[in-house]
Amino acid sequence: MQRRTRIAATATAAVALLALTACSGGGGGGGGASDAVSARGDITIWYSNNEQEVAWGKAMVEAWNAENPDEQVTGQEIPAGKSSEEVIGAAITAGTAPCLVFNTAPSAVGQFQKQGGLVDLASFEDGASYIEERSGESAAQYEAPDGGYFQMPWKSNPVMIFYNKDMFATAGLDPENPELSTYDDFLATSRTLVESGAAPFAINPAPTSEFFQTQFDFLPLFAAETGGMGLVEDGKATFAGDEGIAVAEFWKTLYDEGLSGREQYQGDAFADGEAAMAIVGPWAVSVYQDAVNWGAVPVPTSDGTAPEDTYTFSDAKNVGLYSACENQATAWDVLKFATSEEQDGQLLELTGQMPLRANLPDTYPDYFEANPAYTQFGDQAARTVEVPAGSNTVEMLQDLRDAYTRAVISGEGDLEEALTAAAEKVDALAEEG
Amino acid sequence: MSSRTLGRSAGVTNPRGPAGGAGRKPPATQRVFGKNPLGALLSAPYLLFVALVFAYPLIFAVYMSLHDYFFSAPGATVDRPFVGIDNYVEALTDPEVLRSFLNVGVFLIINVPLTVVLSIVLATALNRVVHLRAFLRVSFYVPYVTASVAVVGVWLFMFSGGGLINTVLGPIAPDPSWLINPTLAMPTIALFVTWKQLGFFILLYLAALQNVPNELYESASTDGAGPVRSFFSVTVPGVRPATVLVLVLATITGANLFTEPYLLTGGGGPNGASTSPVFLMYQQGLQQGKPGFAAAIGVVLVIVVLIIALLQNRFAGGKEQ
Repeated sequence: MQRRTRIAATATAAVALLALTACSGGGGGGGGASDAVSARGDITIWYSNNEQEVAWGKAMVEAWNAENPDEQVTGQEIPAGKSSEEVIGAAITAGTAPCLVFNTAPSAVGQFQKQGGLVDLASFEDGASYIEERSGESAAQYEAPDGGYFQMPWKSNPVMIFYNKDMFATAGLDPENPELSTYDDFLATSRTLVESGAAPFAINPAPTSEFFQTQFDFLPLFAAETGGMGLVEDGKATFAGDEGIAVAEFWKTLYDEGLSGREQYQGDAFADGEAAMAIVGPWAVSVYQDAVNWGAVPVPTSDGTAPEDTYTFSDAKNVGLYSACENQATAWDVLKFATSEEQDGQLLELTGQMPLRANLPDTYPDYFEANPAYTQFGDQAARTVEVPAGSNTVEMLQDLRDAYTRAVISGEGDLEEALTAAAEKVDALAEEG
Repeated sequence: MSSRTLGRSAGVTNPRGPAGGAGRKPPATQRVFGKNPLGALLSAPYLLFVALVFAYPLIFAVYMSLHDYFFSAPGATVDRPFVGIDNYVEALTDPEVLRSFLNVGVFLIINVPLTVVLSIVLATALNRVVHLRAFLRVSFYVPYVTASVAVVGVWLFMFSGGGLINTVLGPIAPDPSWLINPTLAMPTIALFVTWKQLGFFILLYLAALQNVPNELYESASTDGAGPVRSFFSVTVPGVRPATVLVLVLATITGANLFTEPYLLTGGGGPNGASTSPVFLMYQQGLQQGKPGFAAAIGVVLVIVVLIIALLQNRFAGGKEQ
């Protein structure tokens, strides 16, 4: 009994000591941070693991290394995990983040900044001017609420409505000029598609509860309906107004009438012929080109908006320069090299994703002439809306998603009340900063 | 029973054994490491393991739950103020948290008894099977060792609106379908987990059954007991320690439910009907950057599970415990 007590006491003391040691960790100054900003040398970068971006990443690294033998870059695919954001978040906490990650989601940037994991790119002499010159007016959406740029706007995948021309033809609809611009047209077309048996569902966005799904049903249509308004403007949620309710009612009608599925489809509903339409960005062109005879149109609005005036969600992925980087001056130069006109052109060529660069169609006229399928995405890229900035972005999107899945997808309760309640939560989060 | 009491009495009467005199002070090493220092040495790695892998994270979780904590980069100067029990108050008054505990309660009420009953019955049957014994044992064990991601795909196929189960049920199939039905989502998950983990618990019972003396079955048979009577009068009491273990393990693993709400019902759906406390911890702690709040949920969960385990041990363990 006494021995047990002694062992237990020793173990407890050891554990308490460990805990106290850990509790005192993580503080302190960031000694050496200022040195790192001007330091040069070898760096490591991560890029996305899809085939096209890996090809671009390898080519970019090879091109840099050939010209900079003293500042070599090691490129690797972002390690596997539940999501890139969780992998990066864990790497920040462990101090093992690479210098650059070419797959930083804007929704995660606020948290990474709060963690002390990101370098303010505006702290480089030409940081802010480079970003603003390259991305034009779009750059403002990526500025931190308290100033500075903790992400380099890199590329977008402006979300549009893809449709299956063969299914439209089977349903007796005009596959070249589909009537999808207003909510009424879209619903009528959807009913025809399903009632004719051309497709089990008209459109089938994921009906699941993950926060990011909001970006692929509610947000694109809300951006279009409001002419480019974000979910949060001036610290207040905007989505519980008339436009937000109209968007939610539109989707609710699709679910209520069985034109969209309430059940998660295992696979790609559009590619598998389970749905006649999908709401995706230009990354999907290479995926669908051999599987579906597709066309694309802007997302609908209640009254119909001209394509050249229609906004949508950007689905952007940006680049972060991480504070664990020891050679930040090199990293900044690599970042500028990777987002140069030449490399952006390579990115466009290899991935079909739109560099977040002002005047995109005018910068790469040869590409868009040779690839007309991408022209409308290049044009759409100039009118995109981003998720709210700040450290509470994910929680805001989750609150909206919870209200949406309940009131819109499941059709439970009063829709307006649900959006208002979510807006109140988002207001409180926006106030926290 | 009596020999155990005698042993304890003997130990108290002469705790230091024959060599230990009542008036002699033991050497310093013995005072620190006990009568058998080698034993302390041999158990030290496991003690260290427990301290590092279980005790330290638990204590650290308590620390986090008392602060406005968030994960930060090494060297970053961040403010993590002490907030007392604010996170606990917030957790215990948050409808989503309370709902998640209710959900997991529903899960445990279905999963734990079902696990115990099915595994003891199947283990008893498997113990008597002569032909295809290895094949049958492996068949029950395969789901347990198969990755959840893989078997979740099969269940999604079976329980979807147009899936196998609804096709068989025809007009009596539930609407909305199983996994998007707020009433049926959690029971479906409970069935899935029961099926998936059954192999492991059957294995525990099979091991326990080897310790039930055949003489007891023979005596029962001589007294006129049939197979059912033997099962309840010999097998069930004979594997009682295993039953307590199965109860506790099924409760602990069930309370830590995460993968199924994450994959099977697309993030705790529909409308939070399958959100578990651990899934909520993942959302709050990792996705939304509020690990202090998530830790408070975790600590409450640990306390609840400990209380349940204590009750199970008290009521299912019987006098032997």
